[in-house]
Amino acid sequence: MIEVKNLVKSFAGTTVLKGVSTAFEKGKTNMIIGQSGSGKTVFLKCLLGLHIPDSGIIEFDDRKHTELDIKSQRQLRKEIGMVFQGGALYDSLTVEENIMFPLKMFTKQSHGEMHDRVNEVLKRVNLANVNEKFPAELSGGMQKRVAIARAIVMNPKYLFCDEPNSGLDPQTAIVIDNLIQEITKEYDMITIINSHDMNSVMEIGEKIVFLKDGVKAWEGTNKEIFKTENEAVVNFVYSSNLFKKVRESYLNETK
Amino acid sequence: MNYFEHIGKYFIMLKQVFKKPQKWSVFKETLFREIEDLGLKSLGIIAFISFFVGGVVAIQTALNIDSPFIPKYLIGFATKRGIILEFAPTFMSIILAGKVGSFITSSIGTMRVTEQIDALEVMGINSLNYLVLPKIIAALFFYPLLILLAMFLGIIGGYYAGLLTDLFYSEDFVYGIQLEFDPYYIQYALIKTLVFAFVIATVPAYHGYYVKGGSLEVGRASTQAVVWSSIVIILLNYFLTQMLLG
Repeated sequence: MIEVKNLVKSFAGTTVLKGVSTAFEKGKTNMIIGQSGSGKTVFLKCLLGLHIPDSGIIEFDDRKHTELDIKSQRQLRKEIGMVFQGGALYDSLTVEENIMFPLKMFTKQSHGEMHDRVNEVLKRVNLANVNEKFPAELSGGMQKRVAIARAIVMNPKYLFCDEPNSGLDPQTAIVIDNLIQEITKEYDMITIINSHDMNSVMEIGEKIVFLKDGVKAWEGTNKEIFKTENEAVVNFVYSSNLFKKVRESYLNETK
Repeated sequence: MNYFEHIGKYFIMLKQVFKKPQKWSVFKETLFREIEDLGLKSLGIIAFISFFVGGVVAIQTALNIDSPFIPKYLIGFATKRGIILEFAPTFMSIILAGKVGSFITSSIGTMRVTEQIDALEVMGINSLNYLVLPKIIAALFFYPLLILLAMFLGIIGGYYAGLLTDLFYSEDFVYGIQLEFDPYYIQYALIKTLVFAFVIATVPAYHGYYVKGGSLEVGRASTQAVVWSSIVIILLNYFLTQMLLG
């Protein structure tokens, strides 16, 4: 379990996170939602250790992230997989080299073993015959899959995704959502996704944390979000007529 | 941010760069790639510029010697001295600061704005050590060789200029080259080259690593990197000349 207690983070006098507390469970896809500037990315970067919080506690299975020595922090980071918004694949490396990179850095596997593992994860994300291609030669959806393959190649315990669907067409976005959810179950990971995509939230959000102005304004499941009367959530999630109608029909069905 | 803050941040960066590589096999692989990118790919431009500038130095010297009392072998002597002491180590380093410096800043800067550096950090990799140390070692190892080549080709360029223009005899030129040859001057040039190589690898890396924004900022950072590398090289050249020859 990842537990966050009273997380505070400010930049140049502006407090971006104002005491956020929540917890994320194993085997679930957790979503962080909120408007632009609500503190989602800062929250995720604090969890990843890319930002050091001003105060508060982040615990990865009872290991306090900010209090770990360098060796333990490195160990923890090996247990983390991350899918960045733009993929963040290394341009100068081929797909195979990109995925192999963490294995080369942190394991003593032979080239053959690494090659097999790369093919295994590529197969898992439904990609074939792309090993020798460079990231620039792939479509956006394929790049996201490669990024997912790289994130899971070390069998992580924790998977973080920052806007995994941004820039993808709706059909590919659903494929990526389902893939992330399936992998979360298979690897029994804690997955935390930062998203603006309400389709994803409704589809795979087993736990949803809604941030507003750096404060946790609501949390619940993708079923509960239909029923909530929380004004901030309703204004944000049901701002489009389509989602308003989806909500109405869900509520009518469940009456 | 004022200049002193930048200088402080630069030295803090160097502290992170000079750590033991996390995996020697990966370091070795990256080092060879950097030798190719920063060194081998600069061979052509260095050879081309050295040869022709060597020729121009010889022609200019010949055209400016009007007095019949000044021996013609001084053309070879002046060309040799000019090329070994200043033209090869300093002028070539400024050319490399432009070519390689902009490459280093734009490649690291692009990695920064496309979150590739964050991806390294999330994996638990010291990104500064991984990205910058191989560049420094590659530059320190390869640039002295490039500068030696520039010296050789510069003098050859001068020799051929004489042959093609008939401004001086090649025998006089060769005699001038051999006259009062002091190996310390080569040593002096190589010491300067090592210092400049360090500047060429680290100043642009600093500008690229700390860039914020998008492609426009990466472009601006590249320009700044070339300007600052050149300024630092010129200033260090002044102090090193004073220290080593003064």
